[in-house]
Amino acid sequence: MSEELGFTLDGRRIPFQDGQTVMAAALAAGVYIPHLCFNPDFAPHGSCRVCLVKVNGRFQASCTTPAASGLTVQSETEELRNIRRGILQMLFVEGNHVCPACEKSGACQLQAVAYYVGMLNPHFSHFYPRRPVDASHAEAVIDFNRCILCELCVRASRDVDGKNIFAVQGRGIQAHLVVNTPSGKLGATHFSIHDKAAQVCPTGAILTKHQGYNVPIGQRLYDRKPINVVGDVAQLPESKGGRRHD
Amino acid sequence: MSTLETAAHPERLCRVAIDPLSRVEGHGKVTLLTDRDHHIRQARLHIVEFRGFEKFIQGRPYWEVPVAVQRLCGICPVSHNLAAAKAVDQLVGAPEIPPTAEKIRRLMHYGQTLQSHAVHFFHLASPDFLFDFDDPTAHRNIGGVMADYPDIARQGVRLRKYGQEVIRVTAGKRIHGTGTVPGGVNKSLTVQERNYLLTDLDLLIQWGRNIVKLVKQAYALNPGYFTHFATIRTNYLSLIGADGALDLYHGGLRARNERGEILFDHLDYRRYSQVLREQVKPWSYMKFPFINSLGPEQGWYRVGPLARINNCDRIATPLAEEERREFMALGEGQPVHVTLAYHWARMIELLHAAEAIRELLLDPDIFGDELVARGEMTREGVGVIEAPRGTLFHHYRINEDGLIEKANLIVSTTNNNQAMNESIRQVAEHYLDGKELSEPLLNQIEVAVRAYDPCLSCATHALGKMPLIVELVEEESGAVVDCLVRDADGTFHSSY
Repeated sequence: MSEELGFTLDGRRIPFQDGQTVMAAALAAGVYIPHLCFNPDFAPHGSCRVCLVKVNGRFQASCTTPAASGLTVQSETEELRNIRRGILQMLFVEGNHVCPACEKSGACQLQAVAYYVGMLNPHFSHFYPRRPVDASHAEAVIDFNRCILCELCVRASRDVDGKNIFAVQGRGIQAHLVVNTPSGKLGATHFSIHDKAAQVCPTGAILTKHQGYNVPIGQRLYDRKPINVVGDVAQLPESKGGRRHD
Repeated sequence: MSTLETAAHPERLCRVAIDPLSRVEGHGKVTLLTDRDHHIRQARLHIVEFRGFEKFIQGRPYWEVPVAVQRLCGICPVSHNLAAAKAVDQLVGAPEIPPTAEKIRRLMHYGQTLQSHAVHFFHLASPDFLFDFDDPTAHRNIGGVMADYPDIARQGVRLRKYGQEVIRVTAGKRIHGTGTVPGGVNKSLTVQERNYLLTDLDLLIQWGRNIVKLVKQAYALNPGYFTHFATIRTNYLSLIGADGALDLYHGGLRARNERGEILFDHLDYRRYSQVLREQVKPWSYMKFPFINSLGPEQGWYRVGPLARINNCDRIATPLAEEERREFMALGEGQPVHVTLAYHWARMIELLHAAEAIRELLLDPDIFGDELVARGEMTREGVGVIEAPRGTLFHHYRINEDGLIEKANLIVSTTNNNQAMNESIRQVAEHYLDGKELSEPLLNQIEVAVRAYDPCLSCATHALGKMPLIVELVEEESGAVVDCLVRDADGTFHSSY
């Protein structure tokens, strides 16, 4: 009988199986590590850095760090909370995230994670980029102002839908989401609101057209319980507030 | 119109500024120019805030607009939400929404009217009724009311709280909720919610009656002063129900002249631009609307409670109708032009709102489950509603993708712009002229403005439409060496 594999996370023993990451093992054990670009349906990306933890004293992205026996992982420390809060603040000021008018408010993973890490203000100066909304598609609208470059739509369209509709163009601070057509318009693609790519956005960047605010305040996904209890919007069935586009 | 709008030689006059205006929504100031003998030569109400909603919602999806534009205001955001929602209903081809949806929206709107009127009268204006003009400023406020008249203050707080609760139940939040959706609403009421809102409502209606009585008593104590103070003879504009009854949510446009004669009636508000125009003046961020057929000199008008009570043929709820009849007797067959009677009319509406809420809460339609209607999309929508402060216009045009291409908002306070200016000039001429200005005298100017319950933050939503003059002046001689002018249509030219 082999001994169960495990590591410690904030003093708690987390079992894991070979090939699992620290993030995957923690979530499987019911322990929440905040994240945005991670989605268990896709290969880890490690780009948002919100899932930063300390592994044996070194900073690592928990979504890309393989679990290993004997690891000592810290997550819920003041130091990490401060770093995550700073990352969230930078994400908020880099785009135009106007929660008061956003249809996704209350069911937005970015907003919920910001609440979870205790972000109460943007702290940094807003960039206020000028990013036009693309509403050329009959069923969906893309608000680039809300894109956080998690590339989940890129991965979903390429790896699941087989359409390769989205891409990230530019480098560093110039990086931005584009639509893979000569016109750059979503309306010129075969995108469908039923695509996986339409269901994975952790913010309000990709939304169904001609509708909004259908769920009353008080009944929205994160109105009553925080994200560490509720889970990610993209992972929940429609009956629980997830996957609204099915 | 008064001659005090622009002094002939302002450079020789002394400038007195009331800045900020106190106990009004938003930020504004009044400037007076006086000569050495303390004669008033110029009086202006200025709006000093700068917003920009018409501009920055361009390019946004139309279904987002009702939620976005309600951020114009924290006092009556429901008005902006509903006016925009009515415009969006037309965009989605559903000018008629299901009865449940309309009644939930009306409930939301009456809740808002109740709380907004309560906050204006009790929190902001009641010191004008309960204390003298020369009452110390530190006492002439809601704190003073709480100290000297705790029952009245408590009723004001409770009435406002109740209105806010009606909004919370229908829109999800007391301020900036999301109850409306294109073509309807996102929820109806449960029996528990209805029962909760019915609790104590009869008591609140009684308080509404008491407060109308209080205003009447104040009027009866000094009818000469009330009748004359800041009073101006004007045209009136409001929505009117199909049967001529007061209707705050929907109807056609009715305008009367100062003699009470109908100028236009039951006009489809989507045609508002055919009867109304806006004038821009170089000294104000706020536009000056007027009835097109009468021109800017004669066509300015008043909106809000005074206009609505003057305009309607009746009120559908019995207690408010009884009060309306008594109120209209003041005019002896003509409209009541008394500016301070705005408060009286406002409290009649507060009573009406409380009664209307009770009627709606007893209507089984509010439990219905048909919440949304949809039809053929259109490219243009106009939503008009009677906000607490007056007629509110939201006009949107979208492109083929559903993004806002153009927006025009005429907010309630903007409609009253000329009237407020005329009222402060009347006060300046009759009560301040020739006297050395003191704080109690200046307070009278504020009392005149406050009667209109202006929301100055809402009134400054425009962007890019104000005329602007930039002068390049030589430092030593002071001579103007260049001058760039931006006209009201946004075009620039050099005037040097």
